[in-house]
Formats: sequence, C-alpha cells, structure tokens
Amino acid sequence: MSITIRDVSKRFGASVALDGVTLEVPAGGLVALLGPSGSGKTTLLRVIAGLEVPDEGSIHYGEENVTNLPARQRNLGFVFQHYALFRHLSVFENVAFALRVRAWPEERVRERVSELLHLIRMEDFGPRRPSELSGGQRQRVALARALAAQPKVLLLDEPFGALDAQVRQELRQWLRRLHHSVGVTTVLVTHDQEEAFEVADRVVLLNRGRVEQAGAPLEVFENPANSFVMDFLGRVNVFHGRVEAGRLFLGGLEVPCPDNLHGEPRAAAVYVRPHELDIDGEPNGLPSLPARVLHVNPAGPVARVHLAALEGNLTLQVEVTPERWQGLGLKVGDTAYVSPRRARVFLPDYAI
Amino acid sequence: MRPVSRRVLPGFSLTLGYSLFYLSLLVLLPLSACVLKATSLSPAEFWDAVSTPRALAAYRLTLGASLAAALLDAVLGFLVAWVLVRYEFPLRRLFDALVDLPFALPTAVAGLVYSSLYVPSGWLGRYLVPLGIETYHSPLAIVLVLTFTGFPFVVRTVQPVLEALEPELEEAAAILGASRWQTFTRVLLPPLVPAILTGFALSFARALGEYGSVIFVAGNLPEETEIAPMLIYARLEEYAYAEATALAVVLLGISFVLLAAINLLERWSKKYAA
Repeated sequence: MSITIRDVSKRFGASVALDGVTLEVPAGGLVALLGPSGSGKTTLLRVIAGLEVPDEGSIHYGEENVTNLPARQRNLGFVFQHYALFRHLSVFENVAFALRVRAWPEERVRERVSELLHLIRMEDFGPRRPSELSGGQRQRVALARALAAQPKVLLLDEPFGALDAQVRQELRQWLRRLHHSVGVTTVLVTHDQEEAFEVADRVVLLNRGRVEQAGAPLEVFENPANSFVMDFLGRVNVFHGRVEAGRLFLGGLEVPCPDNLHGEPRAAAVYVRPHELDIDGEPNGLPSLPARVLHVNPAGPVARVHLAALEGNLTLQVEVTPERWQGLGLKVGDTAYVSPRRARVFLPDYAI
Repeated sequence: MRPVSRRVLPGFSLTLGYSLFYLSLLVLLPLSACVLKATSLSPAEFWDAVSTPRALAAYRLTLGASLAAALLDAVLGFLVAWVLVRYEFPLRRLFDALVDLPFALPTAVAGLVYSSLYVPSGWLGRYLVPLGIETYHSPLAIVLVLTFTGFPFVVRTVQPVLEALEPELEEAAAILGASRWQTFTRVLLPPLVPAILTGFALSFARALGEYGSVIFVAGNLPEETEIAPMLIYARLEEYAYAEATALAVVLLGISFVLLAAINLLERWSKKYAA
C-alpha cells in the first residue's frame, strides 16, 4: 500500500515542525527520512502514524484519506527508538498483543506468534521477559510485535539508535532481508546517513520541516540539490570564491566550471568531497593549492589527510588510497599541492 | 596480623550495635512487655477477653472501616497520582505538596475539622444529615476520617511507578489496535497494580492503628462505633490491664501479618522497576 503525503504542515506553539511537506512512498518501498535533529523527520513519521494530526494537508494510504483516522484504526506497525515493550508481559505476549486485542482464537495466535519468533530467530525466547533480553533482541521483539497483525505500513523511528555499532550493522542487514521477504511498505527515520543509504531504496532529506531532496541514495549523493544536502551527506570541504563565465576562481586557483556560464562575477560556495581532492608532492601543472600537512590517519581503507592552505585561513580534508599516500612519501609539516578532481558550486539563493 | 577491612567507611560494628540496641529498646522491649503482660492471663481468660461481643464488634468495625477507607484511598490516590503525573496545570506543584498534608497534620486536628464539618449543624453535615446520610457518630464518619489520614500512601507509592511508564507504551498499544479501555487494563494497570497494592496495604495498616482522629467523630458507642484502639483505652480506664494487653496482642498480630504482606508486595513490585 502506497503512502501519499500532501502539503502537510504542523506547528508546535511557535515552532514549525513541518512546513508544506509533500511526499510519495511507493507500495512495498523502503524509504528513509533523513535529517538532523529538529528537522521534523520524527514529527512526519508520527503524522503518518496518526499519533499527531497535521494542521494542514492530508495523508493517504493508497486511495484512502486517513488524515483524521485514529492510529489504532490504521492497521500499521510502529517501532519506537526505545522499543516501548510491555515489561509486564512475556516476549510471546508482547508479540501476541495486537492479536489478543483483535480477539484472535488462541490457536491462531500461537501459530502466528511462533511464525514471527521464527522470523526474528528467537523461537526459544517466548516465555522470557523483556528485561532479560539484550538491546538488539528487544528491538527484534518490537519489530515482531509491530508485524504481528500483518500491517499495511511499517514505521520505524530511529530503530537502531540506541544500539552499539556492531549490533546496529547486523540489524540493518537483517531489516533489509526482512523487508524483502515481507514486502510491507516501510518508512524509517534516521539521522545516520550511512544507515539510510544502506537500508533504504529511497532517501528523503529533511531540514527545518521541509523536504530538501528525495531520491535513490546514489542519485542524492552524486547530485545533491543544494548545499545543505551536500553538507549533510558525508564530509565535505567548503571554499568561498566566485564564478565568472564558466570559470571558478578560488584565491589563486582557477578551474573550469561549465555549469555556470553567467557573464558577471558572482560569489559562490564550492563543495568538494575529501575523496574528490588529489594530493601531489610537486606542482604538476594542474591548478592546485599549496598546503601544509597537519595530520594523517593512514589506518583503514583510505588515508585521511588534514592540511592547512598556505594562503588564507583554510583547512582541507583529503582522502587518498593508502598506496598513493605511501607513494608520495610526505610527512607532517611538508608542503603538498592539492587539486580538485570535481567541484560542486552552489550559488547563494538570490530569492532571499 | 590484623585482617584488613575491605569496607570504604569505618564503624560497621559500632553502627550495627547501635541499631540493634535502638531496635531492642524502642520496639522489641515494649512489644515483649505487652505480650508478657497478656500471658498473665490463662489461655481461657485470654480468649474470653479478646472474644467478648464488644471486642468482636470493635475488630469488625476497625477492620471494616479500615478496609473501606483503604479501598477508597486506592481509587482516589490512583486518580490523584495520574493527574499529577500526566497533566500540566497551574499550581500543580502546590497540589503535589498538599498531598502530604495528612502525614504532617496532627490527626486530632483532622478529627476536629471533620467533626465540625459533618456534625448536623456543620457546613457539610447540614445538607447530608437531612438526606439520611449519617456523617456523625457513625461508621461512615470513621471511614471518612480514615480516608483522609491514609490518603497520601497510594499517591506516593503509585506516583514514581507512573512516572517511569513511558507515554510511548500507550501509543504503542493504540497503534497495535487496542481501544482506550484495553490500553488501560492491559498496558497501564498491570505494572501499577503492585504499587497500588502496596499503597493500599500501607493505608490499611495506618487506618488500623488510627486513634486520634477517630475518637472525635465516632461517638465511641460500644458495639456500634467503638474501634479496637478505643476499646483498649476503655479497658485501661477500668484498670483491666491484662485484658487491655490481650486486645493489644490481637491487634499486634494483625499488624504483623499486614507488614509481612506489604514486604512481599514490595518485593513483587520491584520486578517491574527497571
């Protein structure tokens, strides 16, 4: 079942949590709402769930307008960040809760619950109490509980936020597989870019209650719509310069910039990802910035180099392969030449 | 070589000795004296002293009125705790502080205030008594005043447990399809039951021993509105010390049973705190 969000706005007192959000979640899709804290992503999820009523706009499940339908009539699954398991009930009864309130016959309840416990690989945990489980196990029980009544929609609010890195990684993979096998339309809220990219097939970037960009992870990462998206998705170097007639000027550096062919010069912010910068020990003829090596972290799949530009007050982050770094033979304090392989230019919004 | 003490703070033996001495002097000694005095009666005399119709009526009244008051307190206390925890309203903190007033107020003052309110010419009594509601010199009067003195217990035992229940639990239940009533009975109430029971037992125990406030409103008519502590006092005035202590021993037994029950309930309720 698809979910359509049309022009939804929500205010809490003076603060605007959602500001005219329009969004489509395709049936069977797995969409991540990604944004910094205070971006409205959790409010949007709660509006979709019916836990909050929007001030304006409407929510549709498929063709049905559910804007004013209370949460308990929407038949959805919701997983809370802190699990919200019923502590006085066993794992079995937690999972069975949605079936008990629907007065399913005992036999079908048993059948469905053992099916779900199998799905979360916790067949033997039925009689345990939530307090006897680890964080990862609790979250899996919360997920099984949410899926028990075969909801049309599954909503997850920072589901792995409270877990440690390794468990989080495992559960992400597992959630992907689960989504693949159950096929329920899923919306996930996260502030973790990596998590969103790894799990979701569509990412929606929210900032200050507005959708900044929506698309497939690769599309969003490679073609960020604006400086916020660029900045939010991973590490980035920001330069302030100007563009003029298809050329970009950064201090003494001049690079071609064919996207901006305006005749008159304009101030521009230039965003370059660390892996899109290259380092050389000598000037190699390409436009480059001389900079001093401040710090190197050569451990891991990439060598992370921090440099300070010799002119101007600018720190640079560069990522090169460890082999390349070895080959350069540079040490802390040496002067290196940094050149961009690719740059994205965002002109300040003149509408403001 | 002296054994090395592994404790951080010194003085364990001194404080333990003081605690035991204090407990013996102030609690065990008077209680054993009470039991000893009662044993000056033969078993048959003891039985006669504690099973007179007047004594039986007094137990019945004490237990019945205390039970009724504790039940009322359980319901009212739960409501008050709920309102104090779940809602924001002006003067909430003042109301919260007022809950403890029955703890601090001398119970005789409470008795005096209640009697002045509920006598046939009092502010409330003048409307209730003509309606046939006997609010003075009646078991109802005892229940009313005991409800007042036991009121804070349920509020103060339920409040912390309620505060620890995340509002998310209600949302989770609603999303899973539970009606409001199902959410209340299946999700909210079960974790609160041990706390409510503990508060109920505490206010029940308090009501059993309450004396100061009751004598002002009860009328103290033998076999009608005379509570057990009042009967003990009456026996003392008749210089029937052994009979008085025999009655005291019975009350003591009931108190012990209640205390044991409270401890078991508290242990049970701890399973939900985490």
